[in-house]
Amino acid sequence: MSISRITVAFAKRNRQNQSAFVAYMMAGDPDLDTSRALLLGLPGAGADIVELGMPFSDPIAEGPTIQFAAQRALEAGTKMADVLALAREFRNAHPDTPLILMGYANPVHHMGWEVFAQTAADAGVDGAIIVDLPPEESQPLANALHDHDLALIRLIAPTTVGERLSQVLQGVSGFVYYVSVTGVTGVAVPDGGQVTMAVQNIRKCTDLPIAVGFGVRDPATAQQIAQSADGVVVGSAIVSALAEGGVEAALELTAKLAKAAHQR
Amino acid sequence: MSNFNWQAGPDREGRFGTFGGRYVPETLMPLVLELEQVWEMAKKDPVFQQEMHGFLKDYVGRPSAIYHAERLSEHFGGAKIWFKRDELNHTGAHKINNCLGQVLLAKRMGKTRIIAETGAGQHGVATATVAARFGLKCVVFMGAADIERQKPNVFRMKLLGAEIVSVSSGTGTLKDAMNEALRDWVTHVHDTFYVIGTAAGPHPYPAMVRDFQSVIGREARAQILEREGRLPDACVACIGGGSNAIGLFHPFLADKQVRLIGVEAAGKGLDTSQHAASLTGGTPGILHGNRTYLLQDDDGQIADAHSISAGLDYPGIGPEHSFLHDIGRAEYLSATDTEALEAFQLCTRLEGIIPALEPAHALARVGDLAKELGKSGMILMNMCGRGDKDVFSVAAHLGVEI
Repeated sequence: MSISRITVAFAKRNRQNQSAFVAYMMAGDPDLDTSRALLLGLPGAGADIVELGMPFSDPIAEGPTIQFAAQRALEAGTKMADVLALAREFRNAHPDTPLILMGYANPVHHMGWEVFAQTAADAGVDGAIIVDLPPEESQPLANALHDHDLALIRLIAPTTVGERLSQVLQGVSGFVYYVSVTGVTGVAVPDGGQVTMAVQNIRKCTDLPIAVGFGVRDPATAQQIAQSADGVVVGSAIVSALAEGGVEAALELTAKLAKAAHQR
Repeated sequence: MSNFNWQAGPDREGRFGTFGGRYVPETLMPLVLELEQVWEMAKKDPVFQQEMHGFLKDYVGRPSAIYHAERLSEHFGGAKIWFKRDELNHTGAHKINNCLGQVLLAKRMGKTRIIAETGAGQHGVATATVAARFGLKCVVFMGAADIERQKPNVFRMKLLGAEIVSVSSGTGTLKDAMNEALRDWVTHVHDTFYVIGTAAGPHPYPAMVRDFQSVIGREARAQILEREGRLPDACVACIGGGSNAIGLFHPFLADKQVRLIGVEAAGKGLDTSQHAASLTGGTPGILHGNRTYLLQDDDGQIADAHSISAGLDYPGIGPEHSFLHDIGRAEYLSATDTEALEAFQLCTRLEGIIPALEPAHALARVGDLAKELGKSGMILMNMCGRGDKDVFSVAAHLGVEI
């Protein structure tokens, strides 16, 4: 499965002329049991793909919402081993929903690129997004993941233009993640027109599905992004809903967002 | 190894051996690559070099003197101790050498907004100073805990027209200020130049900051040769991120007979968890754009650093130091809070020079080294900052109310 699980998930929505909904949450926030309940509930609420955040002490691309989520997870004692155990439980419960681990380089580097790839593959993970591993630094991890048929998802930013865009898209797998704002997660709201143009531009360079995230907070924005993108990613809004109203509120929001993303 | 070109690093990927690199989000990558190009061009541009030289001379007050610390030398009863007096620079520390260079580059790149992180406040003050001089908007990120212990510098920055952003995430110290500065940079990448204060961060920062700070070592090497007719037996400098140390060491790297000694902050002791000695007590990892030695736990989470000196209170170190450590070209020692406080008072009393708490760490090891080298030995220590900013916190540590 693995990479093909991602391909199948996007293709399924694409056939129905719909955008896939990608839900992000932080492992261990505010504790393992709560995050397990949310994680296992996401596919039922309409998430086509799940990104599971690996908490890191110094998340430099996150806005306050995800920073605090990581801090809560670490204060609750969440370890990399716990994140991978959650992934395994998810895989047992949901054989077909792709699961992507998202986080920062140091905890992965500390495990070792190969050990991480092997353990993630064993747990049933399909890919990884490492925010501070640009193409220039990602080869060792990309190779290790590739050996286990896992995708290293690349981020494309609004500043990734010209020659660099085609460079960054070389050798990618799974899907492409377009960062819709120049900034950190969950703060600024993306400009719909700009996103459409960027997505069209990226499409010229790759056949992979394109998911768009960073700053999508509500169903209206999700629906707007879904017009051009193959996938809509929401993170901070779900994390906030969990913090404010618990698992039920987070799943309720997920359902609304998924519905919006599925309405192209 | 004998023909190794010590000064050649980093390689094209920004690596010193296995350290360094460019571990930043994609949003910043294009800018980091552009900065590298601009810097490569500026290095070769005589107009840039002339402009830089002019400001270093007339505005910063370079060259800084070297001074024979006669009474300290007598006190320890061993080697002859020389200070490189970078505390006499405008704004009171070595930091301005680098700020000047980076702000001149920012102007070349057409950036209108300058951001910086600061720990002790010295880098923040130096950045705010140069930004004021060139009429650029300046925002300084500073940990909430550091704002509390460095009040005089906070006020100085405000007088200079800078906006101070208090950072309360994490422990509210230098690493958290750097996280927040990076987040701001990601958000304002089009008009903003990030003036990193130490020889760390994504390539080209470690090499670029080193090159700007190497003026310290170039001057000192020529000055000591002129005064003593020979090179010192050892160069000593304190290390937080390591910019003053690499600035002093770099021009001496090829002089194999010269020992290069960095002194890290041992806080409450290396046997406690409250220190900031990344090389002595850390392991390699990835933080703030580079692979280097870090204080981290067994799950790769960054540990909190501790030091009495806000300028050394950082869980990482510049990647070139990690390289020099691993290949054994430089030696890295440490000094505790208590030892630094003692050295601070000793230097003040014997030489009439109030050192910053940062170089007081270096000074704390100079005594042992002077004895080890004996009467015929010679030590060159970088007095990289003055202690006026620390007077209040030292008083508090000594239990004195002022």
